[in-house]
Amino acid sequence: MKRNHLLSLVLSAALCAGMLAGCNSGMPSSSTGSSGAAGGSQAASGDTIKVGILAPLTGDAAQYGIAASNAAKLYFDQLNAAGGVNGKSIEYILLDEKGQAADAVVAYNNLLEQGVTAIVGDVTTAPTIAVAVESASANIPMITGSATAAAVTVDPDTNAVRSNVFRSCFIDPFQGEKMASFSKEKLGAKTAAILFNSNIDYSIGLKDAFIAKAGEIGLEIVATESYADTDVDFKGQLTNINAKAPDVLFCPDYYQKVALIAPQAKEVGLTATFVGGDGWDGAIEAINDTAMIEGAYYCSGFSADDTSEAVQKFLSDYKAAYNSDPNMFAATTYDAAAILADAIKSAEDAGLTAGSDDYKAAVISAVSKTDKDYVTGHFTFDANNDPVKDAVIIKITDGKYTFDCKF
Amino acid sequence: MRQRIQIPMPVRYLINGALVVLLFLLGQFLIANNIISSYFQKILLQVGIYIIAAVSLNVATGYLGQLPLGHAGFMAVGGYTAGIFMKSIPLTGLPAFVLAIILAGIVAGIFGVIIGIPALRLKGDYLAIITLGFGEIIRVVLLNIDSVLGFKFTGGAAGLMGIPKYTSFPVVFICVAVTCLFIHTMMKSRHGRAILAIRENEIAAEACGIHTTYYKTMAFVASAFFAGVSGALFASYLGLLVPGDFGFMKSIEILVMVVLGGMGSMLGSVLAATVLTIVPFALQSISQTVADYRMVIYSVLLIVVMIFKPSGLLGTYDFSLTRIIEGLINRAGIHDGVARKGEKSK
Amino acid sequence: MLLLSQIINGLQLGSIYALVALGYSMVYGIIMLLNFAHGDIIMVGGYVAMLTIAAGVHPLLAVVLAILACMALGVVIDKVAYAPLRSSPRISLLITAIGVSFLLENLAQNIWGANARPFPNSAIIQGSALHIGDVQIGITAIVTIVVSVLSMVVLTFLVQKTKRGKAMRAVSEDMGTAQLMGINVNNTITFTFAVGSALAGIGSILYCCTYPQVSPTMGSMLGLKAFVAAVLGGIGSIPGAMIGGFAIGMAEVLVRAVGLSDWTDGVVFAILIVVLLFRPTGLMGRPMTEKV
Repeated sequence: MKRNHLLSLVLSAALCAGMLAGCNSGMPSSSTGSSGAAGGSQAASGDTIKVGILAPLTGDAAQYGIAASNAAKLYFDQLNAAGGVNGKSIEYILLDEKGQAADAVVAYNNLLEQGVTAIVGDVTTAPTIAVAVESASANIPMITGSATAAAVTVDPDTNAVRSNVFRSCFIDPFQGEKMASFSKEKLGAKTAAILFNSNIDYSIGLKDAFIAKAGEIGLEIVATESYADTDVDFKGQLTNINAKAPDVLFCPDYYQKVALIAPQAKEVGLTATFVGGDGWDGAIEAINDTAMIEGAYYCSGFSADDTSEAVQKFLSDYKAAYNSDPNMFAATTYDAAAILADAIKSAEDAGLTAGSDDYKAAVISAVSKTDKDYVTGHFTFDANNDPVKDAVIIKITDGKYTFDCKF
Repeated sequence: MRQRIQIPMPVRYLINGALVVLLFLLGQFLIANNIISSYFQKILLQVGIYIIAAVSLNVATGYLGQLPLGHAGFMAVGGYTAGIFMKSIPLTGLPAFVLAIILAGIVAGIFGVIIGIPALRLKGDYLAIITLGFGEIIRVVLLNIDSVLGFKFTGGAAGLMGIPKYTSFPVVFICVAVTCLFIHTMMKSRHGRAILAIRENEIAAEACGIHTTYYKTMAFVASAFFAGVSGALFASYLGLLVPGDFGFMKSIEILVMVVLGGMGSMLGSVLAATVLTIVPFALQSISQTVADYRMVIYSVLLIVVMIFKPSGLLGTYDFSLTRIIEGLINRAGIHDGVARKGEKSK
Repeated sequence: MLLLSQIINGLQLGSIYALVALGYSMVYGIIMLLNFAHGDIIMVGGYVAMLTIAAGVHPLLAVVLAILACMALGVVIDKVAYAPLRSSPRISLLITAIGVSFLLENLAQNIWGANARPFPNSAIIQGSALHIGDVQIGITAIVTIVVSVLSMVVLTFLVQKTKRGKAMRAVSEDMGTAQLMGINVNNTITFTFAVGSALAGIGSILYCCTYPQVSPTMGSMLGLKAFVAAVLGGIGSIPGAMIGGFAIGMAEVLVRAVGLSDWTDGVVFAILIVVLLFRPTGLMGRPMTEKV
C-alpha cells in the first residue's frame, strides 16, 4: 500500500517544490542597462522594454552562447547609454538553456512570464526550433543570430513560414550553393570532394546544397565521404578522397573538426584546396599549425578585415567590453539585437503598449520590412524570414583571416 | 491486551486513492487559477517525466540489482515511436496521445526483450557495458536510418519535428500515478519478491526454484516499458526530438537520480528526480556560478554517497501513509491506557 | 596501395587503443573494476602536456610531466574513491567509477572551458613523412606504432619477469591467497594503477599528437572503444588487450574505407555485443566459473 502514498508524496513534493521555486522567480539573472529600470515591475510597462536573450552559457555549446549573448548585451547596453528607444531603456533578461531544447522551452516560458516583448536567440538549431514552435502561440518576435538550419524559420512538414521567427545569419543551403559556385568560377575547380559530418544538420544542409549546385554548374563531385560527430580519425576517408585527387575538398563543419581534419589530410598527402562554410570561423585559433589550412577559403557573414566604420567600431567595442575578439556569430547576433531594437522603435513610434499583441505584430512587421545597413552588411528579409545579403569569402593567408571578395 | 490496529486492505487503497485524487485536484486548481504559472508548469511536467524515467530505472537498478547504462536509449525508442505514430495517423488530440503513449511503452518493452534476453545472461560490469553499447547503437541508428531507408523516418540529425504537443499536467500526473502504482503492486506480488530474491543472491534464488532469466527479463522489460512512456511524454512535451538528447549523459543523469535517492526506494527515486530537476532552474535564478558547477556537485555527491551510504540517501525505505496512520492510531491507543503493554504484533 | 595506406591508418589507431585497453585490462584483472575514469585520465594527461608546453617547459619534459601526472591521478583516484569500497558490492564500485569519470570531465570543463583547444603536436614529434613507393606514411604514425609496441614489450617484461609482476599476477589470481603468501595487496594494487595510468599517459601523448586537440570529453569515447578492445581481447589478459586494440583500430578504419563511416561506432559496439554473447571471455581470456 505504500505505493500510493508514495506516489502522493511524490506529487505533493513536486507541487511544493514547484511553488517554492516559484517564489524565487522574482529574481532571475536579469540585468538592466545603465539607465532607468528603477521599477522592475512584472508588467512590461513604464520606462523599460523587456527583451529576452536565450543562449547556452554552460554545456557543449557554451562557447557560441557566451559570444552571442555578449554581443546582444553589448548592443543593448550601448543603446541604453545612448538614450534607449524613445527614452525608454531596454531591460534585457538573459537565461541559460544549457544547449538543451527542453531547458530552452522552460527558459522561454520564464521569459514570457517576466513579460518580455521580444527575444534575441536562441543560438543552436534544435533549441531554437523548439522555442520557435513554442513561441508561435504567443507570437513573440524572435531573431536568432546563429541558427542556420532551414527549419528554423520554415516548418519543414508544412512549408509554412514561422512568421515570428527571423535570423540574421545565412541559412545552410545558401552557403553550400555559394561555395560550389565559388569553387567553380573563382577557383577554376573541375573536380570536388566532400567530407561532411553526418551527425549534424548544419553539415548535411551545406553538403546537399553544394552537391545540387555542383550538378547545375558542372562541377564534378568525385567523392563524398562522411564521419560521425564523435570521430577524430578521418584518415580512412581522406585516403579514399586522396585516391581521387580532387581540385577542392569541401569540408562543411565547425572549426574544431576542421582543426583535426586538415592535418590528417596533409598526412595522407592530400593537396586539394580546402573550402568550407561559416563554421570555419575560429579555425586559426583552434589549430596548432596554421600551415595546415593555409590557402583555405570559406564563406562568412562578416569579415574583421572590413575597414568600414561600423565593423571597426563593433570590433573595438566588443574587445573593450569582453577583452576578446568577437567571432562571426557575435557579429550576427549583434545585428540581430540591432534589427530588433529598430523594429521595437517603430512599434514605440506607433504608440502601442509594450507586450500587447498589436505591439508584437508591429515589431514583426517592422523586422520583415528591414532595409538598412548593419555591421555584417545591408539587410533585407525574404519571404522565408531569411536575410538577403552578400556572402563574404574569407581566405586564410599567412595564418590570418583575410578578406578575399564579396560573392 | 489489544491487538495492534491494522488498516484493512480496501481502506488502504481508498486512503491512497483519495490522496492521489486530492493532489490531482489541488494541482488542477493551482494551474487553473494561475498560481502555478506556465513557467512552473513546464518545470512540473519535466519533473513528472523524469520521475517516470527514474522510477522505471529503479526497477532494474534498485530492485533487480543490475546496472543498465542505456536507459535513455529506451526513452529515445519510446519518444520516436510516439512522435512518428502521432505524425502519421489521422487521429488527433488526447485519444491519439493515449494510443501513442501505450504504443511507445510497448515498442520500448519489445526492445527491452530484444536487449534484455542476451544482456541478462551477463552480469554486473558486462551488463552495464552491453546496455551502454545498445544505447549508443540506438543513437547511431536514429541518426542514420533515414539514409538507409531512403525516406524520412526519424529525421536523422535534424531531428523529428512537428510532433503534436499534448503533454499536459493531467496526462503526466496520471502517467506518474499509473507508473508508481504498477511498479508498486508488481514489487509487492510474488513476481516482485522473486526479483528481490535475485538481487539478494542470484544463485540462492535459482536454487529455490526461481526462474531467474524469466524474472530478470520481466523486470528489465517493465523498466523499458515505462522508460518508453516517459520518452513519449518528453516527445510531446518538446515537439521535436534530436538523437543527441538521448546519449550516454542522459542515462547517467537518470542513474544519478536513482542512486542518490536510494537504490530500491521508489520514494527516493521520486524525490531525487524532483529535486534534481528543479534545482538547476532554481540555481539559475540564484547564482550562475553555482549553476556552472552543478555537474561537478552531482558527481562528487555520487562518489560520496557510494562511499558513505552505498544504498543511497533513503536506502530501501519507502513512505507509507497508512503505516503512519496506523502508527498514530496505535500510539493514541497507548495513551488511552487501553493497551499499555500492547505487544508489538509482527 | 590504397589498402596498404589504410592498413597503416588502422595500425596507428589500433596501437593507441591497445595502450589504453591495457590500462583497463590491468585494473580489471586485479580488482574486477571497470575503471570508467581511465579515459578521463587520458584527457588530463593531454591538458597537462598542452599547458606545460604553453608555459615554456621543454616538450620532452612536458611529456614526462604528463605521464607522471597521469600516474599520480590514477593512484589518487584509487586511494580516495575505490579503496574504501574494496569489500562493497561491485555495483557500488562501478557507480563510483562513473562518478569519478563524470567529475573529471566536468571539472575540466569548468577549469579549462568546454571548447576544444589545439595541442602543440609539432613540438613533440617532428620529421618528414616516409615514402614507400606511392604510399606516404606520416612520421606520427611511425612514432605512434613504435612507441606503442615498445611500451607493450616493456610491460610484458615487467609483468612476466619481475617480482612486482609476479605479485600482480598472484593478486589477480586470488587476492586472499596472495595476501596469505605475504604479498602486500594494497601496494600491488597501487602499483597496478600507477602502471596502467602511465600507459594512459603515453597513450594520451600519442593520441594528442595524432589528433592535435584536447577537450574535456575527448577521453570518453576513446575510453569506451578501448574498453571494447579490452573485452574483445579478453579482459585481464595483456596480449589480449593488444590484439583487441589493433583489431578494433583496424575494424574502424576498414569500415570507413568501404564507405560506411556513419556506422563506425555502431560496428564497434556491435562487435562488443557479439563478443559478449558468444565468447564473453574474449579471444584470450580465461573462462571464469562462479563459485557459491
